[in-house]
Amino acid sequence: MAIWLNSDSKILVQGMTGSEGTKHTRRMVASGAQVVAGVTPGKAGQDVDGIPIFNDVASAMGQTGANVSVVFVPPKFAKGAVEEAVDASIPLCVVITEGIPVHDTAQFFQYAHNAGSIRIIGPNCPGIISPGQSNAGIIPADITRPGRIGLVSKSGTLTYQMMYELRDIGFSTCVGIGGDPIIGTTHIDCLAAFQDDPDTDAIVMIGEIGGDAEERAAAFIAENVSKPVVGYVAGFTAPEGKTMGHAGAIVSGSAGTAAAKQEALEAVGVKVGRTPSATARLMREIMGG
Amino acid sequence: MDLYEYQAKELFIRHEVPTTPGEVCTTAGDAETVAARIGGPVVVKAQVKTGGRGKAGGVKLADDPADARAKAEAILGMDIKGHTVHRVLVAEASDIAEEYYVSFLLDRANRTFLAMASVEGGVEIEEVAATKPEALAKIRVDALEGVSPTLAREIAAAANFPEDVRSQVADILVDLWRTMVKEDATLVEVNPLVKTPDGRVLALDGKVTLDENAAFRHPHHEELIDRDGTDAIELRAKDLDLNYVKLEGSVGIIGNGAGLVMSTLDVVSYAGEEFGGVEPANFLDIGGGASAEVMANGLDIVLGDPDVQAVFVNVFGGITACDAVANGIVQAISMLEQRGESVTKPIVCRIDGNNAEEGRQILNEAEHDLIELVETMDDAARRVAELAAARAAGK
Repeated sequence: MAIWLNSDSKILVQGMTGSEGTKHTRRMVASGAQVVAGVTPGKAGQDVDGIPIFNDVASAMGQTGANVSVVFVPPKFAKGAVEEAVDASIPLCVVITEGIPVHDTAQFFQYAHNAGSIRIIGPNCPGIISPGQSNAGIIPADITRPGRIGLVSKSGTLTYQMMYELRDIGFSTCVGIGGDPIIGTTHIDCLAAFQDDPDTDAIVMIGEIGGDAEERAAAFIAENVSKPVVGYVAGFTAPEGKTMGHAGAIVSGSAGTAAAKQEALEAVGVKVGRTPSATARLMREIMGG
Repeated sequence: MDLYEYQAKELFIRHEVPTTPGEVCTTAGDAETVAARIGGPVVVKAQVKTGGRGKAGGVKLADDPADARAKAEAILGMDIKGHTVHRVLVAEASDIAEEYYVSFLLDRANRTFLAMASVEGGVEIEEVAATKPEALAKIRVDALEGVSPTLAREIAAAANFPEDVRSQVADILVDLWRTMVKEDATLVEVNPLVKTPDGRVLALDGKVTLDENAAFRHPHHEELIDRDGTDAIELRAKDLDLNYVKLEGSVGIIGNGAGLVMSTLDVVSYAGEEFGGVEPANFLDIGGGASAEVMANGLDIVLGDPDVQAVFVNVFGGITACDAVANGIVQAISMLEQRGESVTKPIVCRIDGNNAEEGRQILNEAEHDLIELVETMDDAARRVAELAAARAAGK
């Protein structure tokens, strides 16, 4: 099962002929994902390692049956690329691109929202992997084996770190939702999907400073999630008013602090680890591993 | 990037928002000259990127040029919440009949923008929100539709703006929204927006935050970067395209991925408790897929910080290959030694993930006395805190 991505998923890559697009297409293919098409305007008829390139998303979907798009196009063109995927009615669009202006993201998110049934993951994210089944994005596939833990995280490398710490227990699906202030899929969306997924037994949720997504996730857990959740929050030592790498990671005044997020999660019974390793140990106790 | 008031007002003028522009001065003598040019009473305002200037004594009225000079002298050099005042804005003093509040901001939770407006301006808006929430109108702005004259009138009506100013306020809201979109701002705030006794509405103050991701379509935003007010090491890092934030401790931190680096800061700070409160000296994210060169630049920056006693390189190779990271460390050290700078600060490395074995082998073969490999992040944090404390004590 897993969430949103499984062995039947057929992936197209927007920006496949760019250097990052080509590199990660090869990694996705090597990890066993079905990558069926690439999209680069003006390059129809070419191929990358035998994967055909199309001029637009609609014809790529029509010819190959692709149902997931992974976007690697540069920030300047990302809004247009996502809107094209929306117009073609692809069900899942994973936006890896970092550095997209937030007005562009707000606009393409609204555009997707108006169109209805499309899920956007990202931007500025590592993507989504269901180990042993499929991999849409840049998460290394060989870190962990398949298993029954669900993982949702704003951070790419903390996702990898957590997958690594719990690699012997394994994961159903890991979703890197991205570190931008506006993102298409939130902690709450992932928690809801993992709650409903029969192949997920427990959930790790990784957050960081900025905004109040973790606080809202805590309220959601209290009402809607019966599976065990462990949490980790990064950025306790971050100073106020400084952007810490991710565009969304900023403490503004007294809002968005790690301490407030930890408190909100613990108040609803989520165990929160002090370090990534401690968090992994909490999950290990739950899974009896 | 947060702007100073005078910079925000420059953008307001560009987008036809009525305001009191004034001129920015760095000396009391300039303030006197500007006040003479303006004629009549002026206001002298400290330019700092923090709130509560008025309460701190950073905003003063001056009756004439000599008084403007005296007020500027008092304000320049003043410390306001840790910010030293290097500039003052000298502007025509406006008589105020009423003070309002308007802003546009990013609404992360609803993944769009929000308009906020209140007739209770001139005070901290957080206070209004807490004590009189009904006095603060919040209206969602659709990112695609933006702020039409109709929506602007709705905002002004929702906040109960008096009838006589409502259409002026609505026009200003449309202009401010245009500022927000055309400049790629994530915040445009006017507090206070004032009505003068003769019935004009003006932006008396301005706060604007620009989206640095949009810099590629705003070449003129480069000029707004506050080079004097930015830490020298941060500036150098920015020129090298490194994601660096200067902090106050003694352990230099280098890692890949913003989340992992934030986590590393925390773990070092926890480990440091045992050694008399050792804290991280910086945040430095070398990013995904970092090359040896990026690693070398990063190490150069961190080792060059006189506050740093020891360095922690914490890398989980996802896309980044650990052998490239290891090569970068070795290269950086030889580069610094060739330059005649002796590297004396210990470097604790924890590398895991993609090509970790090859990376560890490169570091082991380099046989450098200062490089120490530690297996886990927690143990490495403890070790680097210990080394930083010992080196500081030995000085």
